[in-house]
Amino acid sequence: MPWLDLMLGASLVVTAAMALISGSLFRAVVMFIVFGLLMALAWVRLDAPDIALAEAAIGAGLTGVLLLDTLGYLRRRFTRTEEDSP
Amino acid sequence: MTRKLAAALLCLLAGLALAWALIDRPEPQVDLPRQVAVALPASGVDHAVTAVLLDWRSFDTLLEVMVLLVAVMVALALREAQPDSPDRMGLENPLLRGVMSWLLPLMLLVAGYLLWAGAHRPGGAFQAGAVLAAAGVLLRLAGVSLPGFERPWLLRAGLALGGAVFLTAGTLVLLAGRPFLAWPESTAGALILLVEIALTISIGLALLSLFRLTPPYPDDPGMRRAQTGDDR
Repeated sequence: MPWLDLMLGASLVVTAAMALISGSLFRAVVMFIVFGLLMALAWVRLDAPDIALAEAAIGAGLTGVLLLDTLGYLRRRFTRTEEDSP
Repeated sequence: MTRKLAAALLCLLAGLALAWALIDRPEPQVDLPRQVAVALPASGVDHAVTAVLLDWRSFDTLLEVMVLLVAVMVALALREAQPDSPDRMGLENPLLRGVMSWLLPLMLLVAGYLLWAGAHRPGGAFQAGAVLAAAGVLLRLAGVSLPGFERPWLLRAGLALGGAVFLTAGTLVLLAGRPFLAWPESTAGALILLVEIALTISIGLALLSLFRLTPPYPDDPGMRRAQTGDDR
């Protein structure tokens, strides 16, 4: 399936670029999660299901959750500072 | 603009160097897959990756677990500098609660399967622990409190369990006159399974703790008053 692999590789590059370039942090985090899931597929195509499992669970899942959590913290912090600054 | 151009040029050069390194690979000096296949029957498990992680290179895995433990300890210490607040992590979402009652047994089953499958196919402690942690994160988001987390000593014992069992097993084989962490061939399978069960619990708790220990409010006293004052 060379077409599938080519598309997978191309979308990996595109999602990585979008995660890096994106101006909105939220979009960057979502793109990072999408990148992690696609990367897991790439590992499966490379016959490395062990790494694919770890990538999907830790790389995309938990890191994504932690990044979103940090984003929420930053957002609360900065909106509060503007509203409540004495 | 020139800085961006320079960065792009640098990225391009580094990319080209990487591509060249990948294309122009030297022939491997040793045939690792064959060596692994020859040594696999003596390792106590049937899956090459698990054999590498928990038998031949178990010292690396032990250090990885310790690194994770240190990360959680740092998070605990940072969080203790800030007093705990009433739990406001739960989302007011009945759908999540409803879905969780279906998902939770499934996730526990998948975690158990991954742990068991590690002996003969892709799976193992890290993956099973990650699934456990994901279940814990979802439970927390649904506002369900886990009773064990109210007792700090229990949580800490759970966090240390994996490393402790790993170290104890690795030291006990010294008594049998074998090198540190070199499982005896007859009990290797059982020892690896025991270590993996303990590791799954600790890794799941560690990843979940990292999520739970993120501060609920900004660490500025003025802002804290403003936040606890409002009623969401």
